[in-house]
Amino acid sequence: MTAMTAPMGKFGQSVKRVEDSRLITGNGRYVDDLVLPGQTYAAFVRSAYAHARIGAIDISAAEAMPGVVKILTGQDLVDGGLFALPSGWNLNSVDGTPARVGVHHALAVDTVRFVGEPVALVIAETRGQARDAADSVFVEYEELPAVVDMAAALGPDAPQLHPDIPSNRAFTWDIGNAAEADAAFARATRRVSLELRNNRLVPNAMEPRAINAEWRAYDGSMTIYLTHQNPIGMRLFFMMLLGLESENHLRVVSPDVGGGFGSKAPCYAEELVVAFAARAVGRPVKWTAERTESFLTDAHGRDHVTTAELAMDDEGRFLGLKVHTLANLGGYISTSNALVVSYMYATMLCGQYAIPAVHAVVEGVYTNTCPVDAYRGAGRPEAAYVIERLAHLAAREIGVDQAEIRRRNFVKAFPHQTPLVYCYDSGDYEGCLDAALRLADYAGFEQRRAEAKARGKLRGIGLSAYVEACGIGPSKLLASLGGGGGMWESCEIRVQPGGSVEVLTGAHNHGQGHQTVYAQIISERFGIPMDRITVVQGDTDRIQAGTGTYGSRASVGLSAAVKSCEKIIEKGRHIVGYMLGIDPGEVDFAEGIYTSAATNQTVAFTEMAGAAHAASSFPTDKLEPGLVATTFFDPPNFTYPAGVHVCEVEIDPETGVTEVVAFNAADDFGNVANPLIVEGQVHGGLTQGIAQALWENAVYDPDTAQLMTASYMDYGMPRADSLPEFGLAFWPSPTPVNPLGMKGCGEAGAIGSPPAVINAVCDALGIAHVDMPAAPEKIWRLCQERQEAL
Amino acid sequence: MYELAYSRPESLTEALALLAEDEGAQALSGGQTLMPVLRARLAMPSRLVDLQRLPELAGIRLVEGGIEIGAATTHAEVAASAHVRAVLPALADLAGGIGDPAIRHRGTIGGSIANNDPAACYPSALLALGATVTTSRRTLAAEEFFTGMFSTALEPGEIVTAVRFPACQRAAYIKFRNPASRFALVGAFVAQLPSGYRIAITGGGHGVFRWREAEQHLDGGGAMAAITEDMLDLGHFTGDLHGSAEYRHHIAAVIVRRALSTLA
Amino acid sequence: MTGITLTVNGREHVVEVEDRTLLVHLLRDELRLTGAHVGCDTSQCGACTVHVDGKAVKSCTMLAVQADGAEILTIEGLANGRELHPMQAAFREHHGLQCGFCTPGMIMMAIDIARRHPNPDAATVRAELEGNLCRCTGYHNIVKAVVAGAERMGEPA
Repeated sequence: MTAMTAPMGKFGQSVKRVEDSRLITGNGRYVDDLVLPGQTYAAFVRSAYAHARIGAIDISAAEAMPGVVKILTGQDLVDGGLFALPSGWNLNSVDGTPARVGVHHALAVDTVRFVGEPVALVIAETRGQARDAADSVFVEYEELPAVVDMAAALGPDAPQLHPDIPSNRAFTWDIGNAAEADAAFARATRRVSLELRNNRLVPNAMEPRAINAEWRAYDGSMTIYLTHQNPIGMRLFFMMLLGLESENHLRVVSPDVGGGFGSKAPCYAEELVVAFAARAVGRPVKWTAERTESFLTDAHGRDHVTTAELAMDDEGRFLGLKVHTLANLGGYISTSNALVVSYMYATMLCGQYAIPAVHAVVEGVYTNTCPVDAYRGAGRPEAAYVIERLAHLAAREIGVDQAEIRRRNFVKAFPHQTPLVYCYDSGDYEGCLDAALRLADYAGFEQRRAEAKARGKLRGIGLSAYVEACGIGPSKLLASLGGGGGMWESCEIRVQPGGSVEVLTGAHNHGQGHQTVYAQIISERFGIPMDRITVVQGDTDRIQAGTGTYGSRASVGLSAAVKSCEKIIEKGRHIVGYMLGIDPGEVDFAEGIYTSAATNQTVAFTEMAGAAHAASSFPTDKLEPGLVATTFFDPPNFTYPAGVHVCEVEIDPETGVTEVVAFNAADDFGNVANPLIVEGQVHGGLTQGIAQALWENAVYDPDTAQLMTASYMDYGMPRADSLPEFGLAFWPSPTPVNPLGMKGCGEAGAIGSPPAVINAVCDALGIAHVDMPAAPEKIWRLCQERQEAL
Repeated sequence: MYELAYSRPESLTEALALLAEDEGAQALSGGQTLMPVLRARLAMPSRLVDLQRLPELAGIRLVEGGIEIGAATTHAEVAASAHVRAVLPALADLAGGIGDPAIRHRGTIGGSIANNDPAACYPSALLALGATVTTSRRTLAAEEFFTGMFSTALEPGEIVTAVRFPACQRAAYIKFRNPASRFALVGAFVAQLPSGYRIAITGGGHGVFRWREAEQHLDGGGAMAAITEDMLDLGHFTGDLHGSAEYRHHIAAVIVRRALSTLA
Repeated sequence: MTGITLTVNGREHVVEVEDRTLLVHLLRDELRLTGAHVGCDTSQCGACTVHVDGKAVKSCTMLAVQADGAEILTIEGLANGRELHPMQAAFREHHGLQCGFCTPGMIMMAIDIARRHPNPDAATVRAELEGNLCRCTGYHNIVKAVVAGAERMGEPA
């Protein structure tokens, strides 16, 4: 038996996580764990059709069933004044017209546009009763032709999803300079091109989506417990869409959240309906998704079809890049997707390379599929996949090594203004490449390949040099690109009379270890043990403001925390100055102790805190009592984490099974606050990326648009036995854009790994390209062709 | 899950009576397949009759020439059984690879073969080894017992009580896993019995079957390495998302060769 | 409704349940032991893993009435106040969890693995974790934790 201890925090140390104590003892509190007085339960009636006109909805049988409290349909919601779900990003097409946003009712009103779209809600006394009654709601559907394929959806014979949106095209957006790109291609002597599909993924946070909503008729206010990455943002969405009187009439609490990966960032139809229902029935209503519902309705990720072309000179120097992408939006535009498929994606297409001329076009296409939105990396993995596959082809075309082609084209001086909005602030791409090659024993690969061949296996090695954009901001830049809200983060630090500290931040932890890292950093600054620091997140009644957690933006919130610490320490200097009768400028502070160099007197941080509250040792007309500081940190630039991933695979040519036998990654995350936690983030990201490359694939039937992979029986989740042990190294170039020099690490693994895996598979087979996932049968057929060609 | 009633009879007689008196009643063994089916509301039995603790269905016994395994024996018990390891190690290996450890702690041999999922592991062992199935009414050869996918010779109200296997040291099972479900995309059980080679394939799609052409090839002195899918009727296979019929057909031959190569 | 008696974490409970109630729902909704989680409906994810009569099982794949007379151990029954079970301690020590949702099931399965395989190697642990899905950790640190926790479980107390 081992007791838990609370250490002193230090930046850069692998401090064990604070939050683990409750999570390993079964004391985590997730939304579904909560039962409120008068609790009712909700179950959705969902469309079994991908595209259909809704006729009569007969609720009479269901209403008569035991325990049924109320049944709501789409029309009830419209009549009750519920607004349609908005697109959270204003994107303009090339011709200047705004994106065409199909009306998205939270419960379908006249038409359903994807399988699983909610049509009605049953509220009952128990979960079982709600589900029983939902089965007895009879909906008449007039089935319409459905479309899954984007090219088909844009074609003349396609069924049109939204009455006012011809060709199912929401927007045609571009970035870069077409004329410059054309000129570069005209100049180029060598070129490579590629058509690829970035496969659709289902995020699969292990905790399904859940909400428990409670309405208080006496003052028209509501509390919702919501498993979400951004409770403060959702307060604004729900307040507006439900038509509540003010922010103060809605409290949103996101307690322990069982994974997000972007899928718990949108404003979802189901949650909005449940909140509406709680008001309608005057009792708390709880809904927890079953996994099948998660597969059908959690915003999916990726799903691009892209053609890309890279122009080079004879030495393989990249001169120009042209990219055209069809982005599958699904049946509606989800909250952040217009951003994800445009600025989160195409801005990163240059990767780590100094490409002078680029032009990219993205067409957003409606299809009869689940809406797509941010999923780990959100646009950046799609970009890295395009440029890193092209880099691999470029090496083949020029006849140089995979590492060499990259070396020749790396950005070498920072800051580096790309032709695509972003300015990379810092990095050492070549040093990172060398670190990765050492870690992977790149030099010894051909020997390993030969050994594998003797065992009948085809061994391949693949590189991927990615760069991404994290710590989204500054607000002004985002607003100029079409954003609606500020992208700062806040941190309030409250020091109690006894010297313990409460930290309130609008960032939100759903596995990232915020409680530990905030405590670690503040513990070091104040010189107090970590267990004196409590981190409060996820409750809009306690936290003034914030923007949640996505896009690897912990650095933004932590920067706010550091600045609040500085304010507290500075105020302490004044308090101690009064206490000791000296000038505050003569008070030093280190390791939790204020010192007067002149008099050798000392005051501990905790004593200072007591004095701040006692307010008897200083004039309160000159210095306010109490010890609280708040900072809103708006980052001056994005951060640009980068890295090189090296994957080695072995393929069994007889079965087509691809095994990842080694995976090494050298990453530049800037300064690393807690290596243990950062490595954990990388492991998880790598796994999701490797799984995308080899197993995961959301497949809709091309004719019926039924989701064929709607459970773990058919969707290939990574498991413990399908992965290697990872080799990691850090190659930090601290960023100047925040006081901690941190860049962010949450998504990197999922961004760098898919091209590394596919490049390795292509290397093993000696082929130009294979689409993800590199499933056994597909690879077996390629092996057969290879055999025949030999 | 729809509403239902549950009974846990104390004896086989009582269990059979419960099943006989209610047409909608269904036998429940380990429930590792049935529970997810019920949760998905894909079945609506009025009553579940729990067989798992019936004394008549329990135990692993050495019998003349082989071993008898009670229908309620879990996969974990079979995998860990010293008796099974001694007489039929390939069966212990097979049982130790079904599902995952938690599934193996509850799932039973009787439940598995009565369900006869076309991707289940056990049916291939029964067929390849020429096992006999004892039910509450009769004894059936494995070949008579399995009648197609999700289909057996069991009549309403009849339950499996035990399975008897011959001892066999030269046998092996290889499962080629579906990357998502981890069920057998294709599985092959090969055995060298005194009467000759027997090879059974599961996962084809229509239910477990014997690959007689390969058996004859081997019995006639043909080389193991010479076995190819050309000797196997493609009609045994269906395709889905995870593998076409052609691919499963090919994999069957690959894993049969690999299983045979471990017999030496 | 059926009356059943079962012992959970050493404490006897006499409860009335609908026959169709899953064990996990009895634990979560009636006994308010919310450590076991429901992460899927196809018995694949293992977030609901508990011990029934000393063996790890998926409590979403068993009716509560089937547990009549059984001894159940859940994640809540492992630690003694602040004193953690060695497997819990190992998960913390090796950062074997992130969001924590799969963790109770992982730990209950890990203890079961350690009992069946004293001092397992990483490959054994990876194979034995086939029925427990984690979306955060990539399993890397879970495997380390289980190996270390199993080793500590084997040491004399």
